[in-house]
Amino acid sequence: MGFFTDTSVCIGCKACEVACKEWNALPEDGLTFTGMSYDNTGGLGANSWRHVAFIEQRKPLGFQDPGLEYGDYGDVDLLGLTAEAAAAGQTANGEDRGEFRWLMASDVCKHCTHAACLDVCPTGSLFRTEYGTVVVQEDICNGCGYCVPACPYGVIDQRQDDGRVWKCTLCYDRVSDGMEPACAKACPTDSIQYGPLDELRERAARRVERLHEAGVEDARLYGHDPGDGVGGDGAFFLLLDEPEVYGLPPDPVVTTRDLPSMWRHAGAAALTLLGGIATVYATTRGRR
Amino acid sequence: MSEAEVTREGVRRQRPGRDAVPGAEGRRRRPGRRRRRGEPTVVPEAEFGSYYGRPIIKPPTWKAADIAGYLFLGGLAGGSSALAAGAELTGRPALARAAKIGALGAISLSTAALIHDLGRPGRFVNMLRVFKPTSPMSVGSWILLGYGPAAGVAAVTDATGLFRRAGRAATGWSALSGAAVTCYTAVLIADTAVPAWHEAYRELPFVFAGSGAASAAGLGLLAAPVCEAAPARGAALFGAALELAAERRMERRLGPLAEPYRAGRAGLLMRAAKVLTIAGAAGAALPAGRSRAGAALCGAALLAGSACLRFGIFEAGRVSATDPHYTVLAQRSDRKAGR
Repeated sequence: MGFFTDTSVCIGCKACEVACKEWNALPEDGLTFTGMSYDNTGGLGANSWRHVAFIEQRKPLGFQDPGLEYGDYGDVDLLGLTAEAAAAGQTANGEDRGEFRWLMASDVCKHCTHAACLDVCPTGSLFRTEYGTVVVQEDICNGCGYCVPACPYGVIDQRQDDGRVWKCTLCYDRVSDGMEPACAKACPTDSIQYGPLDELRERAARRVERLHEAGVEDARLYGHDPGDGVGGDGAFFLLLDEPEVYGLPPDPVVTTRDLPSMWRHAGAAALTLLGGIATVYATTRGRR
Repeated sequence: MSEAEVTREGVRRQRPGRDAVPGAEGRRRRPGRRRRRGEPTVVPEAEFGSYYGRPIIKPPTWKAADIAGYLFLGGLAGGSSALAAGAELTGRPALARAAKIGALGAISLSTAALIHDLGRPGRFVNMLRVFKPTSPMSVGSWILLGYGPAAGVAAVTDATGLFRRAGRAATGWSALSGAAVTCYTAVLIADTAVPAWHEAYRELPFVFAGSGAASAAGLGLLAAPVCEAAPARGAALFGAALELAAERRMERRLGPLAEPYRAGRAGLLMRAAKVLTIAGAAGAALPAGRSRAGAALCGAALLAGSACLRFGIFEAGRVSATDPHYTVLAQRSDRKAGR
């Protein structure tokens, strides 16, 4: 089971963020303003398991026409929103507004098929559930923080006050009871869809095709391919731009992929160390 | 939302498809409306390569003093145990004793640093719940458990003169497992998504092995009488050469990803490590390094150089994780190379 997040219909309402916090009783992150956009969450963390990104781009989205000039309002341009005002691209003080689009995307733990956090956890507190998702058992987590830099997506994080790590459980408790995760339930546009991965992948492929037909060339799937560096994600996305624009890594690889080679290099280095010291003793004549 | 069910009558409760297409609404345009005004833009819009410059991966939550300190002390302990075993075999009791006591002190302090980073001592016990070959930290905990007590027995039997045979066995075992302690820490940090660490996984163990040998030599020069310190001088040369060669190779292979090792505070620490290590090893090789004061000075320089190296590598990793540029760079170049 997993998530398909179709960002092309996300309206940035943050209902998923709120529903997740409510259901999982997550503490607040502190009332801070990032000052960069409507996004004041900033990113996924120990206390934010869903995060809605807001990306402002000077790029045409297609032509959005509120249709006001065809109504009863005659030629009155109520808010400067009409096609003409937008096309003119000029505000009152002559500033060029240009064409502009907003991308909104709800990010979440990817529940990788080959999960680096699960691999490197030294206590076994991270485990794979019967639904193929990755969950932390908080009573076993010892706060070593190893999973934090190991995650190629930067999802899992340490909670400041207790030192343990927390992340999305894909609502393990709700799913076990036959309910869908809180974020998917709360999403008003069905941007977040929950279901069996095979079915979701099919739907996603159809959706991308449809968008391409409609001329949205930039639409692409992300994390859907079981052959990618993490064996496919349990939560995958439809994006309208490069992954890094959304703060996602372009080509993540499970960090333990190179581990056998790492151990071989470390073994060779250990032998070099012992051999070097032995050589030093063998070639040192006399006591001085 | 309900799930689709495949029944004999066909698919039931299938969710509706998606109709909305971005930009599809309101395509009506007034006839004769000019689409653009003014001159066409000559300079292309700057590429928006990251999400407001925010990091893509999370930097390590480890405290530098604890974990970089742990890397340094672990290397010092492992190298010292190897030096001690050689000194014992070749009949240099004072050097052997200094190295054994140094190893025990270093490994005790490093374990304390590790537990301090966890927050509560009880949490270290959780490390020993499982043995996980996929987790270098789990493997490392067991290596520490195999090495620490042996280093303790080696030091205590030497200092008290009791149980000489058990002491000899412990000395030999601590030399072997000490080499593992020195090098596994490189795997520990390389097995992360931190670009400056992960991409350097081939050379890091050799850098750590060289640095561990150099710091152990430093301790030997500092603590052992000059008349027995000849192998420490040799180990200083060997360690420094290995460390510098591996580091050079690492920076060359990393290419633009080596930038965090050269810039800022990490760059300063790495340069200080290089200067101190070269000065210490060169000083030990010169006749002046055979005086008591000269040996102590060279030893201190080697120890400081090794510590600077670990803190430099730690800081470089932190910087490379914090800047999304390096994460994207590492992955985009991987894709191009077809790896």
